Amino acid sequence: MSGFEELDHTADWALRVWAHDLEGLFIQAAAGMFALMGVRPGEPLSGSRQIEADGPDDESLLVDFLAELLLVNEAEQLALAPTAVSLRPGRVSAVCTVAPVLEQEKEIKAVTYHGLEVLQRDGNFETVIVFDV
Amino acid sequence: MVKIQDLKKISDYEWEIPKAFREDMRVPVRIFATRRLLDQVVNDNSLEQAVNSATLPGLVGYVMVMPDMHQGYGFPIGGVAATRYPEGVVSPGAVGFDINCGVRLLASSIEREAAEPYLDRLATMIDAYCPSGVGKAGTVPLKETELEEVCREGARWALKRGFASEMDVRRTEEGGRLAGADPAKVSQRAMSRGKPQLGTLGAGNHFIEIDMVEQIFDADAAGAMGLREGCLVVQIHCGSRGFGHQVCTDYVKSFQTAVHKYGIKLPDRQLVCAPMDSPEGKDYLAAMRAAANYAFANRQVLAHHVRRAFEEVLAGQLDSFHLHQVYDIAHNMAKVEEHVIDGEKMKVCVHRKGATRAFGPGSPDLPKEYKHIGQPVLVPGSMGTASWVLVGTETSMSHSFGSSCHGAGRMMSRSQAKREVRGEALREELEKGGVHVRAGSMAGLAEEAPSAYKDVDAVVEAVSGAEIARKVARLVPVAVVKG
Repeated sequence: MSGFEELDHTADWALRVWAHDLEGLFIQAAAGMFALMGVRPGEPLSGSRQIEADGPDDESLLVDFLAELLLVNEAEQLALAPTAVSLRPGRVSAVCTVAPVLEQEKEIKAVTYHGLEVLQRDGNFETVIVFDV
Repeated sequence: MVKIQDLKKISDYEWEIPKAFREDMRVPVRIFATRRLLDQVVNDNSLEQAVNSATLPGLVGYVMVMPDMHQGYGFPIGGVAATRYPEGVVSPGAVGFDINCGVRLLASSIEREAAEPYLDRLATMIDAYCPSGVGKAGTVPLKETELEEVCREGARWALKRGFASEMDVRRTEEGGRLAGADPAKVSQRAMSRGKPQLGTLGAGNHFIEIDMVEQIFDADAAGAMGLREGCLVVQIHCGSRGFGHQVCTDYVKSFQTAVHKYGIKLPDRQLVCAPMDSPEGKDYLAAMRAAANYAFANRQVLAHHVRRAFEEVLAGQLDSFHLHQVYDIAHNMAKVEEHVIDGEKMKVCVHRKGATRAFGPGSPDLPKEYKHIGQPVLVPGSMGTASWVLVGTETSMSHSFGSSCHGAGRMMSRSQAKREVRGEALREELEKGGVHVRAGSMAGLAEEAPSAYKDVDAVVEAVSGAEIARKVARLVPVAVVKG
């Protein structure tokens, strides 16, 4: 079981994400973030994009990884979808398919650490990410 | 969870969460609000976040929360916290990602009635000249060296480039330029994001709005500001765009390890901080000031474009198309200021997040024409409702580190607003009410629906009841442009 859903938050956006492993959690978080922004991607471009991020723990890696995706989205008007995520201590790298953004409703200013905790329950991974919009 | 019964009532407009409420609090929390406004926020996490913020090392006085408070991410929106300079901490999370998000007010002697036939075209031209929405490039692309100058000089750069007048710059908080900015402390990524975005409005709750001065409450102060009943004014609400967002992102990341280095324990990682006299703290302050200057320049360029729109539409049609600056204030900033705390004059770093500076009469930081009235405080309401012009008071200086509220304050989540309000229907309703609307995204419009916000009049009653600001004028909207 993996997926994401938007939670109520007064000012910003909160996203609950779950997956059966940590790599899957990163993939779902990315998908959820692009869905929140109302991104409509076009036909995928040929080739893929490698995204790298670093941080001392799972939470920092997740924040830094999503921030990297936001950066590419803004600079190149691209939608990214990670297909393979590889984690090692202090580092995450992901292979992403890329597509031009045909339409994007909203922008996310940043990914926050607010209340962020990657939890492991009954072999499943879960977290809630708050975005500043 | 903080409950109403945990609060000590100080007056009808002021409440306290005592330091004893939680072991790790270093100072109490003071809340400026009426009981009715408190009831509206007690179920979100803003009071809990204020308690968390009261654990920052080096705090003095109180952590304060303004009546437009709502939950944010770490530090509450509407929060004000002062730390002793230089050994106290500075927290990027207590400033926010949109560094120097703020409001500028331009005023005119154009009567609304006379301008009525031109309002729709004015909205169209402002929308055309001021790029808004997602991924829109700016109107003044910058080379690296020029961006460095923007970082150092802020609105003064705009003056040199012909986008500003001396009066604009003088009537901007800090003269439109924070000293001590250093672009060398800004990452290459932030520089790359900043180069194409100057002169853009962005999306979210940012907007440009034409309003009419509906009622004047203080003729002397309104006269000094050039506000005339029945005449048009323009509010510009935006910040430092991707440049500021990246500066904050970079420093929140690097401070995750700095807190361990300095042995700082915090209840929320978004509150990470470092002593102001540490290398990390100094670097952040220098980068934050660069982003603040970028925002001053950004609002200045947008003001220039709004003036172009007024000239193009109204020249030859009406007697005047001139817009003069009333003031420009930040509502996400950390600044070193001098305040009297417990009878002792001291230098402190005042963090204001979703709160504005509100210096009282006589402050040396005010332009000479405002010295006798106090600093203008600009309080935009939610879209389609009223906005206010206030001034700072002696009480704000002695009571709230010279601070006041910044807006209406959200009370409904964005997802709930989207469920309850359709953007198209809202636009029709606003247009029926005589407000011309230009919006890039209907979903974005729905999220900013007036019903998602508190009543701005009630917020203003609370700050004026607490005497941390005084009413000058009430504005009502006639045209809204947003991303």
